[in-house]
Amino acid sequence: MALIDTINPLLTTGWSKGDAGWSLKDYEARGGYAQLKRILASKMTQDEVIAEVKKSALRGRGGAGFPAGLKWSFMPKAAPEKYVVCNTDEGEPGTFKDRDLLRYDPHSTIEGMIIAAYAVGAKRGYNYIHGEIFDIYQRFEEALDQARAAGYLGERILGSDFSFDLFAHHGWGAYICGEETGLLESIEGKKGQPRYKPPFPANFGLYGRPTTINNTETFAAIPFIMGMGGEAYLNLGKPNNGGTKLFSVSGHVNRPGNYEVPMGTPFAKLLEMAGGMRGGRKLKAVIPGGSSAPVLPADVIMDCTMDYDSIAKAGSMLGSGAVIVMDETVCMVKALERLSYFYFEESCGQCTPCREGSGWLYRVVHRIEHGEGRAEDLDLLNRVTDNMMGKTICALADAAAFPVRSFIKHFKSEFEYHIEHKKCLVDPEVQRAGSGFFRASSAAGAA
Amino acid sequence: MVEIEIDGKALQVADGSTIIEAAHKLGTYIPHFCYHKKLSIAANCRMCLVQVEKAPKPMPACATIATNGMKVFTHSEQAITAQKAVMEFLLINHPLDCPICDQGGECQLQDLAVGYGESASKYEEEKRVVPDKDLGPLVSTDMTRCINCTRCIRFTAEIAGFMELGQSYRGEHAEVMPFIGKTVDTELSGNLIDLCPVGALTSKPFRFSARTWELSRRKSVSPHDGLGSNLIVQTKHDKVMRVLPLENEDINECWLTDKERFSYQGLNSAERLTKPMVKQGGAWQEVDWNVALDYVSHALRDVAKTHGGEAIGGLLSPHATLEEMYLAQKLLRGLGSENVDFRLRQTDFSADGKRKGTPWLGMKIAAISRLDRVLVVGSFLRKDHPLIAQRLRQSAKRGTQVSVLHSADDDLLIKLTARAIAAPSQLPAVMAQIVKATLQLKGVAADAALAGVTVSTEAQAIAQSLVSGNEGGSGILLGNFAQQHPQAATLQALGHQLASALGGKFGFLGEAANSVGGYVAKAVPGTVNGNAGLNAAAMLKDPRQAYVVLGAEPELDCADGAQALAALSKAAAVVVLSPFKSQAMLDYAAVLLPVSPFSETSGTFINTEGRVQSFYAAAKPLGETRPAWKVLRVLGNLLDVAGFEFNSSEDVRAEALGDTPGFVSGLDNGINAVMLNLMASTNGLERVADVPIHFADSLVRRAPALQQARDSAAPTARMNKALLAKLGVAAGDHVRVGAGGTATVTLAAELDVGVPDGVVRIAAAHADTCALGAMSAALTVEKV
Amino acid sequence: MNKQYDMLSPEALGKIDREVAKYPADQKQSAVMAALVIAQDEKGWLPKETIAVVASYLGMAPIAAYEVASFYNMYDLHPVGKYKLTVCTNLPCALSGGVHAADYVKEKLGIDFNQTTPDGKFTLKEGECMGACGDAPVLLVNNKRMCSFMFPEEIDKLLAECN
Ligand SMILES: Cc1cc2nc3c(=O)[nH]c(=O)nc-3n(C[C@H](O)[C@H](O)[C@H](O)COP(=O)(O)O)c2cc1C
Ligand code: SF4
Ligand code: FES
Repeated sequence: MALIDTINPLLTTGWSKGDAGWSLKDYEARGGYAQLKRILASKMTQDEVIAEVKKSALRGRGGAGFPAGLKWSFMPKAAPEKYVVCNTDEGEPGTFKDRDLLRYDPHSTIEGMIIAAYAVGAKRGYNYIHGEIFDIYQRFEEALDQARAAGYLGERILGSDFSFDLFAHHGWGAYICGEETGLLESIEGKKGQPRYKPPFPANFGLYGRPTTINNTETFAAIPFIMGMGGEAYLNLGKPNNGGTKLFSVSGHVNRPGNYEVPMGTPFAKLLEMAGGMRGGRKLKAVIPGGSSAPVLPADVIMDCTMDYDSIAKAGSMLGSGAVIVMDETVCMVKALERLSYFYFEESCGQCTPCREGSGWLYRVVHRIEHGEGRAEDLDLLNRVTDNMMGKTICALADAAAFPVRSFIKHFKSEFEYHIEHKKCLVDPEVQRAGSGFFRASSAAGAA
Repeated sequence: MVEIEIDGKALQVADGSTIIEAAHKLGTYIPHFCYHKKLSIAANCRMCLVQVEKAPKPMPACATIATNGMKVFTHSEQAITAQKAVMEFLLINHPLDCPICDQGGECQLQDLAVGYGESASKYEEEKRVVPDKDLGPLVSTDMTRCINCTRCIRFTAEIAGFMELGQSYRGEHAEVMPFIGKTVDTELSGNLIDLCPVGALTSKPFRFSARTWELSRRKSVSPHDGLGSNLIVQTKHDKVMRVLPLENEDINECWLTDKERFSYQGLNSAERLTKPMVKQGGAWQEVDWNVALDYVSHALRDVAKTHGGEAIGGLLSPHATLEEMYLAQKLLRGLGSENVDFRLRQTDFSADGKRKGTPWLGMKIAAISRLDRVLVVGSFLRKDHPLIAQRLRQSAKRGTQVSVLHSADDDLLIKLTARAIAAPSQLPAVMAQIVKATLQLKGVAADAALAGVTVSTEAQAIAQSLVSGNEGGSGILLGNFAQQHPQAATLQALGHQLASALGGKFGFLGEAANSVGGYVAKAVPGTVNGNAGLNAAAMLKDPRQAYVVLGAEPELDCADGAQALAALSKAAAVVVLSPFKSQAMLDYAAVLLPVSPFSETSGTFINTEGRVQSFYAAAKPLGETRPAWKVLRVLGNLLDVAGFEFNSSEDVRAEALGDTPGFVSGLDNGINAVMLNLMASTNGLERVADVPIHFADSLVRRAPALQQARDSAAPTARMNKALLAKLGVAAGDHVRVGAGGTATVTLAAELDVGVPDGVVRIAAAHADTCALGAMSAALTVEKV
Repeated sequence: MNKQYDMLSPEALGKIDREVAKYPADQKQSAVMAALVIAQDEKGWLPKETIAVVASYLGMAPIAAYEVASFYNMYDLHPVGKYKLTVCTNLPCALSGGVHAADYVKEKLGIDFNQTTPDGKFTLKEGECMGACGDAPVLLVNNKRMCSFMFPEEIDKLLAECN
């Protein structure tokens, strides 16, 4: 059972009953589908819906933080065939919020997608669900059946002249399918190799048709925004950083789990909610937005608030809201080696700099970690990342480069020590103890 | 139009143009690997990164659309840094084995590494090794050299029409490969060799035989189908080592069929005839040219004297040059024979004397790509005219509706709108239905001849598609099978009528390199002396005392090989001018004169669109081989035929063509007053005979690598399920096939769901099936 | 055409048909991922003949299906044990015992990553992020069953359950 805690529960209101509160009747009891009903009954225009979302300053929760309302407004009005697609291919290391959203409250995402489809004029949608979470995929299929049976999906929804149907597409193990165009290729039954953009999905998306694609959390927020109004939602957070956000806190904290907090909540507060540092050890570093985001040393992150702008100012990215907490027992070379291996393993292989560079990075970090580093290796790593960044079709090459650059930048002495002494600054026994089996301190929070 | 600036030079380009296209217009080279103008844009190699003003990062020139006011810098520091970076990545896992690589000297990676690479990389890890793949007899692999540009994959999927290659696995493990255990079998596979920018895919027949810089190059023209693809023939010490496409957007674009690319191996075949030979007392002797020519002139003069000129027949290969055919017909006519023909596989000659002009494509080749409605009638299009099929494949993707009327349902790898598959005997009737339906849809009254015709749903669908097109945008194309059909004239008349009703184009897909040239050379009976003469079929049916055979192997190249063999065997004197010898020739001929194949002579082919394409010899004649035009000229002199004073092949061409126009005149597919013959009379099973792509002429038949290709599999008896069941035969069983006479052949039965009821499909032009006689003969089939 | 579709059971074909129905009629290929999963569930892994059958059933080139089968991690192109255990060792999990869990399984089964026990029962794989880092250590049994908080006792229990 994941641990949940929240201040100002919004998206997570339905999570309190754990696995017992996900079904349609529970959702309806919480006021679910009321917004869809209201929109259809009052014949709200598409533009009115989009305007409300724009007002909320809801930014995409998948990583890039692009304003959702603006994205919807890019959809061509006239096109006869359009799609909405939800991105639940949550594969960014450290991120596990979308899984819980679909596990505890799948209908909020479904309702959000229906409203989105209404707003952009789509008749069909897909939710792309991460391969490793089969039980969640099954639950989502069940939720779809419930929604269909209740008339929320299908032809002429709730007697209106709006029709929309939604299907689940199950992934099967490829991080790159989280990238939106890789995801679309994957739904089309191909390898998930990202497409060159432009054209963007709003013009050329699924099956070459205009497509709106958003993260699960983005869609899940929609019913709440429509319920409280864009303005009120915005005011929960900070200007330009509307609403609440789910943070998946993992690593060396006492209570790893998902925490919903208003945008702009101090990192220290979030850390406290997660039970503080495990074993009372000292915070060393935090990756604040999923493994692709640059790492920040303890002192820097402790001064940040958790929102797009503050984290960006500190030199990293809020990304997907995956907060990976590392204490003093962590060897930063080893940590980087594992992340570099991940990007090397997950590069889709089409772009030369990513295909060749991700392996190069991994091999050099690997040799430093294994006592075979050379004096010139840090320069080499920086040069290779320079040669990768901004030169590929999708951002995976950048994602592979950011950790390398930031780890070296902030923890250079540790790398130098490795190279010079052919061993780790942090005693291996200490490392092992710090990253050993750890039972979270209690099934705390609302769960 | 948008206006952009590249390296300070302004230009206007069409909306939607990419930066690389714009740069190309300016003559500015931007390095690239994955980009190819004929393929979809992958933008994966990242070699073409350039700086674009106001863009935060370098942009791929191949995929970035030019916008108004855009300023591009291809050589700025940002651009060069990016290009160098990509080059380094490309090279870290490349074996750098240029000294032993066939691509050496023409490798884009090698060239660019010199211009854009650093001298040494800091990459010191072990290089990746990728296992090689077996792609079949034509394309060799060195997959460790592959840079994953995916051009080859896109070629198979987009140009050849079926994805035979893919990139499996991912990231650094990505590997280009066919499906496990499969080879690449498209008839266009050789183009992969040209497309691969490195030495990962190279020519198997050429492998390690020469370094590219040792080769001399000559432009030439393909001697195979009617397209007349432009070639670069490469030789080393006067031996043809390799054939490559010479790009010509109006003809072959940048492609070649495998037949065109690899048939050169036949030029070096052990069956080359290299010395004149004369049969004396049943034994063959190699002799000097003057002895042989003397012998020939005496033999022909004797026959003409004793039996009259009409006792001589001339069978000319439609792959012979214009000059050769022109001199051959002139020689025969000089001897008093009007029996000369190059239309060896034709069976219906009832249009002779009624044609308004020379049958041709009816349009320019390039215009095929602009048709918006197409009906292909009686054509094994993908194998008979692979590059025309390729054009239609691309058109169909752009929205052109292509329909087919045929007696076989081979997958053309073209998205078809409608199709009618009927037994050969029904082809004219279904064609008549299409005409009738079209006239009805157009609201035009059909003439009496069509009164009894009932329109089938298939014919209706085809008509509907044709009528729905743009005014003047439709094309009706008659393929080889239609031209070889026993009611070819009816099909022609109906095709012409259909095109007229649509206001569209009507044409013949020329079977051979000189299918138009043969008419122009007057290598058909009845065109000179007002004397009817005998056509190819008639002069075999009604055997002659003597034959002059030029470049053909009548037992394989004629509509009825068995009959041809019989006629030749009975003749008193058969004079063969050929680059090759065969056992059959040794049996029936009296004299064998070694004449040049296309690569060893100058000459002219007039392609199916009427384009005059002359070429020079690429190599010296092998042994004592001589260009056929010279041999014929000497024979003309020896036989005292007037007007044989030619000093060069150009002289011959000038006499045949006048002042050598770009395109010949007199092309016209119209036909006067033919009686439509819609009646189908068959007894027994009908035969559908295709001429397999690698058996169509004497050169390709002798190209060993092509003979190992999947397209060269031994002929089988292909039948649909119903017929197999009726005969009590299972696929794979052997069946005995007869054609009325005493001869039978034994073949394996094969299931082909595309064969119509009551029809057996058996390939022609093959030694295994020659005994079956006429390509259109009725058959008996029984289980062995 | 009866292209040896009997290589897959009627139930499997039925399931594939249900997946096909999720997509527009001219987009059958969209169901290839699901179809390969269904085929793998039935066969235990994906022999090339099975991939070819799936490709032909969906009207795609066999190599296009192979591209898919070789791109996504959880397709098995080689036989695996009855139980395929995939342990996530990515950084977030590793910080909370992911590597320890993998080591523990290795020791219990006497095999390393990408190996199968001699009795053919277990295959061990190293996994990438499964989107469940809060539940570390996590492991996946036969691609579909996720096990959270896999401490030694839980691992023992799981291994005992598998028979
Ligand atoms: C390598 C890579 C992986 C990504 N993975 C995910 C993911 O797992 N989930 C997700 O929602 N977005 C992911 N994204 C971002 C998506 O491309 C896309 O921006 C997002 O789905 C848009 O939704 P949003 O605007 O609601 O955030 C990824 C991007 C990249 C470049
Ligand atoms: S950057 Fe890497 S993952 Fe992204 S498209 Fe290019 S090769 Fe694939
Ligand atoms: S040529 Fe532009 S990316 Fe390859």
